Amino acid sequence: MLKIGSYEFTSRLLLGTGKYPNFDIQKEAVNVSGTEILTFSVRRMNIFDPSQPNFLEKLDLKKYTLLPNTAGAKTAQEAVRIAKLANASGLCNMIKVEVIGCQKTLLPDPIETLKASEELLKEGFTVLPYTSDDVLLARRLEELGCHAIMPGASPIGSGQGIINPLNLSFIIEEANVPVIIDAGIGTPSDAAIAMELGADGVLLNTAVSGASDPVKMALAMKLAIEAGRLGFEAGRIPKKRYATASSPAEGMIFS
Amino acid sequence: MNLVINGDKVEVPNRVETVDNLLQHFDLEQKVVIVEWNEMILEKAFYQETMLSNGDKIELVHFVGGG
Repeated sequence: MLKIGSYEFTSRLLLGTGKYPNFDIQKEAVNVSGTEILTFSVRRMNIFDPSQPNFLEKLDLKKYTLLPNTAGAKTAQEAVRIAKLANASGLCNMIKVEVIGCQKTLLPDPIETLKASEELLKEGFTVLPYTSDDVLLARRLEELGCHAIMPGASPIGSGQGIINPLNLSFIIEEANVPVIIDAGIGTPSDAAIAMELGADGVLLNTAVSGASDPVKMALAMKLAIEAGRLGFEAGRIPKKRYATASSPAEGMIFS
Repeated sequence: MNLVINGDKVEVPNRVETVDNLLQHFDLEQKVVIVEWNEMILEKAFYQETMLSNGDKIELVHFVGGG
């Protein structure tokens, strides 16, 4: 069970909704992924083309918790404004705080992320900040009262997988709130490793939406996250330098 | 009446007097749309009573795909 603030989830996969080839594939991918949390962005409407389809309208909103992000914000102030707009939809109280400080790497601005999180916590939001893999920043965000911490595995959309498992494991070890590995996941094995490290969940988008077969990849990610979690709970064997036989040494027929 | 909607100057007919009328005019009343009126977020309950004036700044935003 994944508990974020007052919310409870069975699935540990949080799925982004950007850049799918079409709505039919997206709907099927969302369905097979088993996700219960979908992220969205807040943008201006094209008022001159209201017939433009919107993925949200195709969803049974009773089945999913919406996690809008503040993508597009470069300052805490902008992030707070986006969060309040999202909240005014009446559809959600959760917010993924995403304040990008560098357009090339899309890495989060730690200071603005902290400020935005603080402000949104005061406003009563359930706050999930997207952060770098900085261990102390994660602690500071938790101390503010953030309901989950979401360190990136590698830059957004890069598919580079987990480049600093050590820092992520430190964050996971220290945290008393859920840690969700967000961004950079490329393959099911990346997601499984994140879960084996002890993460409480994985948030990914492009790894599924950009796959040659997004529906199959959505299922692969679901299974990988479940496998990784089970592996973590089961407890791995320690690594040894040399071999240890699995078969008994006694009663060998050649001796 | 001239309004600034999503950063663009837009002329609307005189029968558009309230935020509610505006949403009807653009055929948006069935959509998930969030309204910001002169930098103030409006709750749905206020759509009918919020009168528009020339030059008002309106943001009409919605949820789109994102990660």
